[in-house]
Amino acid sequence: MTTCQACQEREAVVHLTQVVGEQVTTIHLCGKCAAERGIATEGEAAATPLGSFLAALGPAPAATESAAEQCPECGATLADIRASGRLGCASCWSAFAGPLRDLVRRLHGASLHVGEQYRDPAEGPGSPERRVAHERIRLREALREAVETEAFEEAAQLRDQLRDLEDE
Amino acid sequence: MTPDPVLSWLGETGPNADLVISSRVRLARNVAGRPFWGRNAAPDRERIVRLVEAAADEIPELAPATWYRLDTLGRPGRLWLHERQLASRELAGLDPVGRVRSGAAVVAGETAAVMCNEEDHLRIQAFAPGFALDRAARAAERVDGELGARISFAFHPEFGYLTGCPTNVGTGLRASVLIHLPALVLTREIGKVLQGLSQVGLTHRGLWGEGSEVRGNLFQLSNQTTLGKTEAELLEHLGRLVVEVMGHEARARQVLLRDAPMLVEDRVWRAWGLLRHARVLTFDETLNLLSGVRLGIGMGILPRRDWMTLNRLLVEAQDAHLAQRTGTGLDDEALPVHRADLVRGMLDEEARG
Repeated sequence: MTTCQACQEREAVVHLTQVVGEQVTTIHLCGKCAAERGIATEGEAAATPLGSFLAALGPAPAATESAAEQCPECGATLADIRASGRLGCASCWSAFAGPLRDLVRRLHGASLHVGEQYRDPAEGPGSPERRVAHERIRLREALREAVETEAFEEAAQLRDQLRDLEDE
Repeated sequence: MTPDPVLSWLGETGPNADLVISSRVRLARNVAGRPFWGRNAAPDRERIVRLVEAAADEIPELAPATWYRLDTLGRPGRLWLHERQLASRELAGLDPVGRVRSGAAVVAGETAAVMCNEEDHLRIQAFAPGFALDRAARAAERVDGELGARISFAFHPEFGYLTGCPTNVGTGLRASVLIHLPALVLTREIGKVLQGLSQVGLTHRGLWGEGSEVRGNLFQLSNQTTLGKTEAELLEHLGRLVVEVMGHEARARQVLLRDAPMLVEDRVWRAWGLLRHARVLTFDETLNLLSGVRLGIGMGILPRRDWMTLNRLLVEAQDAHLAQRTGTGLDDEALPVHRADLVRGMLDEEARG
């Protein structure tokens, strides 16, 4: 988790990227500190789901808004998401967690997932079989890419790893 | 196009088959570290298909896995998949101006299927005959568990399973029942019932999902929200309301019997007569006649029979299925004639037992 740079206490949920001239800086803030600095994380409720979706993502960008918040992974901005109604990637959910939390609360009446907790087989602690199964898929995929890009040394290594895994 | 992927639910009669045609559970999943639909390019989408391909062979529910690449299929094949609810309208690229997106694929087993590169990377779905949400959910969850053990899904401890659209986040679960409510339509009570449902978190659609109109008095009822409740709670909530709706329909039927018995009886027998003897049938007319016959059986006006033939006709009498069966084109003028032949043939066959 990223800690808020202002209070050094809470989890940062607002990640603000500023571009001034050639200089690019990113500030990480929690919801409270962001609000104190006048960074909107909440919009106004609207009557329709679509309306509330747009409202929850904050006010529409002014013409001068050039240094928008951006998802570090896919580069999507709030303006992009607002326009398409779709997030760009999984990281958008973290990058825009503040406004999204608000929106999700309006759409679903809650903002915390209480259903099944997924355990990523890549991370463990899962069962050994699950990890092996996951690793096999990962290696197969990497091998295919290596072959396609003609990285034959790497491909040979991957093939050996895959063989070892399947012998286990 | 054999064997019959994900039509095993048509091969048996499920609970409450007089009112509920089928139950379906869909789970939206995305692959971790890959851009979502809309920000991904053809190679990204191809990678999703390859990942599922590598995993699908090892999953019993998807075996024997039949693959359909919608991006290389012609319109009849894509429509055929849509008619069996294996591909959404968007994935099948059925809009007149739209094109089929690259990477659009479906893998189908006997009880479950996965749409690849729909709005989410993976849309796992499973079906069960009649009112059997738990059964459909178990099948979908098994596929989810097996796939999730082999492919890393995008998951967030707070938001749950991450999706491209915030309306699906959390459990990613959309459960639905396809229910036949003719008496509520005839007594004009349906509006009130549907409005009531929308106030308690349910939504309704037509037979073919999002954006489709209601035809043949068939409604798809499903949960509106996907986050803040457990999977079991979502299913239980929908199930409880479906029971309530079935009660409303039963009461509306009693009203019909009390206030207009001859009108209803006439309607039912006309529907039966037309289905048995018509020589040209549009699909819409077929749907309405099937609805009348279903109502007649349910109310004891027509002799009791198995629901399977009527359910099968819902699928088999559609354009692409008919075109495939008779080897004609989708625009063939003889299609309504073939449809009437098929309906008569299947009803005769059933009568012979």
